[in-house]
Amino acid sequence: MSDILADSKTAGTAAPSDGLAVLESQRSTAETFGIPLAVLAELTHRCPLQCPYCSNPVELDRAGAELTTDEWKRVLSELAEIGVLQIHFSGGEPTARKDLVELVQHATDVGLYSNLITSAVLLTKEKLSALADAGLCHVQISFQGNEPVIADRVAGLKNAHEKKLEVAKWTRELDLPLTVNAVMHRQNLHQLPDIIQMAVDLDADRLEVANVQYYGWALKNRAALMPTLEQIEEASRIVEEAATRLKGILAIDYVVPDYYALRPKKCMGGWGRQFFNISPAGKVLPCHAAESITGLEFESVRSNHSIAWIWQNSEAFNRYRGTGWMPEPCKSCEFREIDFGGCRCQAFALTGDAGNTDPACTLSPRHEEIFRQAEREAAAHQDRFLYRNFAGGTLETEREHGA
Amino acid sequence: MALSRNISVSEASRPKLPRHARLRFDETRQVWVILAPERVLAPDEIAVEVLQLCDGVRSVADIIDQLTVKYTAPRDAIATDVIAMLQDLADKGFLTEAREKTS
Repeated sequence: MSDILADSKTAGTAAPSDGLAVLESQRSTAETFGIPLAVLAELTHRCPLQCPYCSNPVELDRAGAELTTDEWKRVLSELAEIGVLQIHFSGGEPTARKDLVELVQHATDVGLYSNLITSAVLLTKEKLSALADAGLCHVQISFQGNEPVIADRVAGLKNAHEKKLEVAKWTRELDLPLTVNAVMHRQNLHQLPDIIQMAVDLDADRLEVANVQYYGWALKNRAALMPTLEQIEEASRIVEEAATRLKGILAIDYVVPDYYALRPKKCMGGWGRQFFNISPAGKVLPCHAAESITGLEFESVRSNHSIAWIWQNSEAFNRYRGTGWMPEPCKSCEFREIDFGGCRCQAFALTGDAGNTDPACTLSPRHEEIFRQAEREAAAHQDRFLYRNFAGGTLETEREHGA
Repeated sequence: MALSRNISVSEASRPKLPRHARLRFDETRQVWVILAPERVLAPDEIAVEVLQLCDGVRSVADIIDQLTVKYTAPRDAIATDVIAMLQDLADKGFLTEAREKTS
């Protein structure tokens, strides 16, 4: 009876399965492109961590530009009205917003399933308890390693790892479901078996093993983060073994680094097809890195347009929707509706044109060159990080690196 | 501790949806959905009917009895289908047994 549940991942990069088709086959407010099931709300870009692979844009929104509490509440109400089912509160660090409990309560009041994506380091037990009381449905905590030496160095924050472990325990004490999110790269992939065990020990429901995706901050740090092909093959083997062994105990989602893949990822399930996020300043974006593509104008929730209108009609969303925009080799490719040409942000970052085939694809004329460069960088052992901050990044000192 | 999640569904089980899985009707799309971390599932009509009976109080045996009466079908056939379906849900983490809070 495997067909009783049509399953659909609501965010991220995994391919949607039949569930989405089931849901999209119904008429929804946005007739052409059904309103996404889940939306990522980036409440702020402020964060006490400085991870060198941060998914926020290099140009961060300042605190003064952030939407107000009332503006976010209006956005949440509007999202629920047009058919969004889940809201992911993210950042930056969403708990840096003093109004988070109020926003979670509002999400609950309008019927949204709420997920907190957090670094956890600012949370107290009282705050977490208040969030649970406000109806928070799920907590996802990022981990940078399985022990403090590497984890705190990657995060650029002392005692961060210890605090995360503590908050993970409180999360389960409150009977909130927990996802451990582990971002993997050359300097921590050797810890993968221990990270999997850590997730089991923390009584997590899910583990996301997410290899770094290289745009924005991560692209700046690519030489320090890029794994070797051998590391990736070993990681895939470890994940496969653990997924079988831990069936029913820990669900593992695995994101492979696409530089080493043959086909590009179906980024965001296809541009403007099943996902949007809202930036701290209120821009409605096809993905959290989209602002890195220069020359695209993104509409704001502060404009006169409704969110549904922006999703359906704005130029930025329609620019790379479907397959009509594609040049060769995508245009005549049999996989064009499977991966939609890969990631627009990566195509822009690596080729200077977001309309090109993602170089992660072996059919891209740039693939070989970029794959070789990744291999060279992985082998060169340039391990110093450029830490993420509002000042455009700070290079790790020799002393920090030696620690 | 985590092992307690790996439930084996039998007629004596008293299953219910865990806190992170919410069964609700999606007005926009006019379908029933299960909301879970990073996922939205679209259970079919029969799954919805069974899941609505999974309240942590009724046993699987009670649920089977109820469906046997309703559909005037052989109890064995219903039992096989219901248990297989619930086990599938449990394996995916969308069903748990009524139990004490995790300590």
